[in-house]
Amino acid sequence: MGHTVLLTVISLGSVGLVAALILYFISQKFKVYEDPRIDQIQEALPGANCGGCGFTGCRNFAEALVKADTLDGLNCPVGGASLMADVAKILGKEAVAADPLVAVVRCQGSYEHRPRTSVYDGVKECSAAHYLYGGETDCHYGCLGYGDCVRACNFDAMYMDEKTGLPVIIDEKCVACGACVRACPRDIIELRKKAKKDRKIFVSCVNCDKGGPARKACRVACIACNKCYNVCEFNAITIKDNLAYIDSFKCTFCRKCVVECPTNAIIETNFPPRKVKAETVEEEKKE
Amino acid sequence: MLKTFPTGGVHPPENKLTAGCKIEILPPPKSVVIPVSQHLGAPAVPVVNKGDKVLAGQLIAKAAGFISANIHSSVSGKVLKIDSHTDTSGYKQTAIFIDVEGDEWVPEIVNGSDPVKEIKLSPEEIVQKCLDSGIVGLGGATFPTHVKLKVPAGKKCDLLIINGVECEPFLTSDHRLMLEKGEEIITGTRIIMKALGVEKAVIGVENNKQDAISLLERLAGKNGDISVQALKVKYPQGGEKQLIKAVTGREVPSGKLPLDVGVIVQNAGTAYAVYEAVQKNKPLVERVVTVTGKTLSRPGNYLVRIGTPVSALIEAAGGLPDNAVKIISGGPMMGKAIGNTQVPVVKGMSGLVVFSGGETERKQYGPCIRCSKCISVCPMGLEPYLLMALSQKVLYEKAGENRITDCIECGSCSFICPAYRPLLDYIRLGKSAVVKMKREKSMK
Repeated sequence: MGHTVLLTVISLGSVGLVAALILYFISQKFKVYEDPRIDQIQEALPGANCGGCGFTGCRNFAEALVKADTLDGLNCPVGGASLMADVAKILGKEAVAADPLVAVVRCQGSYEHRPRTSVYDGVKECSAAHYLYGGETDCHYGCLGYGDCVRACNFDAMYMDEKTGLPVIIDEKCVACGACVRACPRDIIELRKKAKKDRKIFVSCVNCDKGGPARKACRVACIACNKCYNVCEFNAITIKDNLAYIDSFKCTFCRKCVVECPTNAIIETNFPPRKVKAETVEEEKKE
Repeated sequence: MLKTFPTGGVHPPENKLTAGCKIEILPPPKSVVIPVSQHLGAPAVPVVNKGDKVLAGQLIAKAAGFISANIHSSVSGKVLKIDSHTDTSGYKQTAIFIDVEGDEWVPEIVNGSDPVKEIKLSPEEIVQKCLDSGIVGLGGATFPTHVKLKVPAGKKCDLLIINGVECEPFLTSDHRLMLEKGEEIITGTRIIMKALGVEKAVIGVENNKQDAISLLERLAGKNGDISVQALKVKYPQGGEKQLIKAVTGREVPSGKLPLDVGVIVQNAGTAYAVYEAVQKNKPLVERVVTVTGKTLSRPGNYLVRIGTPVSALIEAAGGLPDNAVKIISGGPMMGKAIGNTQVPVVKGMSGLVVFSGGETERKQYGPCIRCSKCISVCPMGLEPYLLMALSQKVLYEKAGENRITDCIECGSCSFICPAYRPLLDYIRLGKSAVVKMKREKSMK
């Protein structure tokens, strides 16, 4: 009995040993060196695999970070500056702080502002509707309202407002990964520089039609009247294809253009209420 | 037994309400809007300016590039402006607005209706004439005809097929044209044969148009160069590849053109347009449009100037019924709903179908029950359920591997699906994405 047990242990043990040796030599022979820092960085990254950095996932981004000579142009929008500082520490490179961004919806064509001229009964997806025709309104540039962007958002930072039929971005949750920007077939959503207190000033319109038709289609359309362009002292505003655009990196939030805009296409958010100028108050009194 | 294509196909209700209505000539409207892009390929470039006086038949936009077509004024009058206007694509496109004054034609154009049989021009001159006259395929795809008539070196064409199938329900414009302009279509066919240098032509007509078949057979004569082939009624027999298979038994391989099997297909309407251009110097400025619908009081076939607003046509057909819900440009299977009635008539518009009340209700769709009906009706042998799923999941590369670009968008799958799934909607979306992807790849 004891003899059999001993024999079994020895024979199986030696088989195991031989197999282990073979495996060891093979693993040494075909070893692929991987920088341990890749794992370290991946650990530090948020792991959302959102694609906001421009790579297919956090792992790919980590590999790119390790390979890169400088961190310039590489940024994880989810983690922001603090995360990139950590990454720089791991890699022993200099951190390059990128401006935090936030997504904005450049369309105010709500049910109220933009009259419906036809009814779409096809597949309720923006991409399908966009391919088919101009949309339910006369504005062929604005939001279609079927929520491709909301479905694309991995961070629950968007929802469709039922009253207006437009998507709304929750600034606190938006990480500027750009998924909604890519999902929108009409390029309505834009990533803009995040300002303090989440203040924003932007032209909330993408209609490239001439003033007349644009205004007819939507009450709050940009009609490219050049008023904002003329009032801006910082060259932040450009007008192209019958549409004004405010560069978020040049804008100083003076709010002059907002007042000038005759159609209220330029919107400001998170600002304190305006002080009414003394002169105007007096004038009102006279009247 | 009658010939037809072997794979797939459906039998939608024919509803050819206007088959007995003679073609009525609609007078020019007060103003026309002529889009510069009414064909496949590059949009034409306007050659007139605001305030210019133009005559009917005068060139107003010139073809830009090889695959493009000239655009002519369909009326005489004054150019009001060149601006964007919504057309059948559902988007705003550049168009030339003309206010109508009188009805003066360019003097070279012969407007009489007496048929001219003798073909005087050489093949090269015929092709040039088609290019000058802005002739495009009138079956719906609007591919410039002059491109199709030039057989590239190294390829051989031995047969011309004239497509008189008109398999779409409701539409009768080609049917009426074959009945009323049979002589001209036969001559037009001979002109195209001369341009291509082929000895034989077959006119394919579905069996539900017996009168047209017997008339064309009589007019074609006993020369034997043109024969008429009656075909079993089945949708989509008017598809180019389906028609070739039905008539000749030859199969056009995936991604190849009919010319690769030695065949050229032209629509019967195109044959008529070629006849008008070559024998009468008349560019493509008017076409027959079927205006139909069960609730219209006077549905009919109208010869109408290009650029006429759709509203004028509907007015002629008795006005829009109160409960109208949808107007389709083209037939109900492949056509496209239009967003407003100010859309102008374009070269490719074969019909307008007005639906009312519950006729077009789109039902809530359910899950795929794997009945495989869509596969059995697909005339291209595709798997629509799979292509829809891949498009929905944005797996465009996979969709491309499954030959999504072979889809002819006939809509048989959506028509037959018992779960009312929007198969074609998604396939169209996927197809456009795949085509775009391929183009981007080839650019790199």
